[in-house]
Amino acid sequence: MELVLEQIINGLTIGSFYALIALGYSMVYGVLKLINFAHGDFFTLGSYLGYTVLVFGSAFLTAHCGLWGGMVVAMAIAAICVALAGITVERLAYRPIYPAGRLPAVVSALGASIFLQNAIMVIWGPRYQAYPASLIPNIHIQLGGLHITILQIVILVFSFFLMGILYYIIQRTLFGSAIRASALDRDTASLMGINFNRVILFIFTLGPALGAITGVMVGMYYRQISFTMGWNYGLKAFTATILGGIGNLPGAMFGGLILGLLEMFGGAYISAAWKDVFVFLILILVLIFRPNGLFGEKLAEKV
Amino acid sequence: MEDTRTSRLNSFFSPQQGMLFAVLGIFIIYPFVANNYYTDVAFFFGIYALLGLSLNVVLGEVGLFDLGHAGFYAIGAYITAILNTKLGIPVLALLPVSAIAAALFAYVVCSPIIHLRGDYLCIVTIGMGEIIRLALINNPFDLTGGPNGVFGIDFPSLGSHFVIDSSIEYYFFIWIVVGFSIIALIRLQNSRIGRAWNCIREDEIAANANGINVRYYKLLAFVLGAAMAGIAGNIYASKLMCVSPESFSFMESCLMFCIVLIGGMGSIPGVLIGAAVISLFPEIFRPFALYRMLIFGTVMILMMMFRPGGAWPRRRGGADMRSIMNIRRKHG
Repeated sequence: MELVLEQIINGLTIGSFYALIALGYSMVYGVLKLINFAHGDFFTLGSYLGYTVLVFGSAFLTAHCGLWGGMVVAMAIAAICVALAGITVERLAYRPIYPAGRLPAVVSALGASIFLQNAIMVIWGPRYQAYPASLIPNIHIQLGGLHITILQIVILVFSFFLMGILYYIIQRTLFGSAIRASALDRDTASLMGINFNRVILFIFTLGPALGAITGVMVGMYYRQISFTMGWNYGLKAFTATILGGIGNLPGAMFGGLILGLLEMFGGAYISAAWKDVFVFLILILVLIFRPNGLFGEKLAEKV
Repeated sequence: MEDTRTSRLNSFFSPQQGMLFAVLGIFIIYPFVANNYYTDVAFFFGIYALLGLSLNVVLGEVGLFDLGHAGFYAIGAYITAILNTKLGIPVLALLPVSAIAAALFAYVVCSPIIHLRGDYLCIVTIGMGEIIRLALINNPFDLTGGPNGVFGIDFPSLGSHFVIDSSIEYYFFIWIVVGFSIIALIRLQNSRIGRAWNCIREDEIAANANGINVRYYKLLAFVLGAAMAGIAGNIYASKLMCVSPESFSFMESCLMFCIVLIGGMGSIPGVLIGAAVISLFPEIFRPFALYRMLIFGTVMILMMMFRPGGAWPRRRGGADMRSIMNIRRKHG
């Protein structure tokens, strides 16, 4: 029983990482119908920036902010820088290509992804980097037979908090309805006075910022980061996006959590080596029987 | 006077034919001029050209987003590697076997997913490619050798006299295969099948309404594309003499995708240009060592910025669905 509970908590932790990255994919896809392959690399960039902040600011952070404060500072700096990077990439690599259609934009996104990944490699070196252990809260607690760390609980709570905020922004605020309207029908939304460029600016700020925060959390959780990890997380997050129904934000969150749980239980009860195979198999099976994802609406085809 | 002379010259030897012969001449002379290293670079250009042509059938002709094409390539390479090293079957005899195995695999895997549209098909093919790669790493039944792969694959040979083992011979081997594929694909483009494919790409519903069996033609594209990728896998495996899972990663599928789009969807000369960009640019930028992939990413973005339709877009013939539909719309 304890083992099952532990697996659920681990699965939800990983799942919330996937969910937060998936939100970035889903927002961009919803509005632009573009698979933003560079999104996984924004996540890596955030992780590396957080690492730099923690390593070079360690004296200052321990003196003035404490452990948790240091974590927040690292996340904030990473989020702001990566949001700026997101806007820059959108301006330089995507915006000139929108008129050409969807497929050239996909190639451009792949190009941006290769560029970012190798820029990270050039700046921080090709080797694995490790988050400094002294700056990461490391407190175990025991509930009955349950082993969990405080960090894990904080990550879980914080992720759900972020998802809640995003859900609120998208569903309840005026700006959120502008995004949803643009996702439904871009031309009509423009006619209703929605500034499409500001919507794009917003999603390319929010998505990469969320990715960066996730990157710092992944760095804290696993300690080890590499410049290629964006591919893997990006792929999983994209899978989560599709699993939940592409462009559907609550769907992306659930997709991520489900994916994390599947991965954990697949790894624990079936085979650790085959867990990713298991994840992709489930994805394919879901799509065979529900071609629009778990929570996707069936759209009528326009002729 | 001047005009008639050029036109007489043209009827004898059109500029296109002249270009073609010039390119062919360069291709034949090239390996005798270049050293082994540059011959090998041209060999890998050929491999990417074949892979690009194979994906072009699926993505360019029919417009199906396939980002798992490296999976079919892997099947061809591993079938060759395993059957050659375990059973000692000659590599050349395995060439059709690899093609058929990859085609069969594509048929079985794609049958249930062929109804998916656009990005959903895209993620399923990504998933399929990843499953194949992970399965190869996990070494099922002790066949694939895990992360290390399979070693000691033979050279392609006919009897003991004719053995393909030098860079130049491999160069001619791959480019002859590419040449035959190009001829076959041009014939296919102008056939009933090619027209049906393009029709599906332009408007699937209209194609269906016109009595084209959409499911059949989509599957046909996947099967044919997979067979060609399988052939590329066979040649690649025998050239490297070993295969390992990292050669068939998601990145490889992405590169094939880029070959087709950089060149121009459905355009055969375009695919060759795309393959040249993908295979030669990282070599050209080798002096920049650390920065070469940075430059490569930038080149991809710039190409899409300045030539979004590809370097050599397909010229649309009379049977272009969209232009017909536009005329119809304009005139009622």
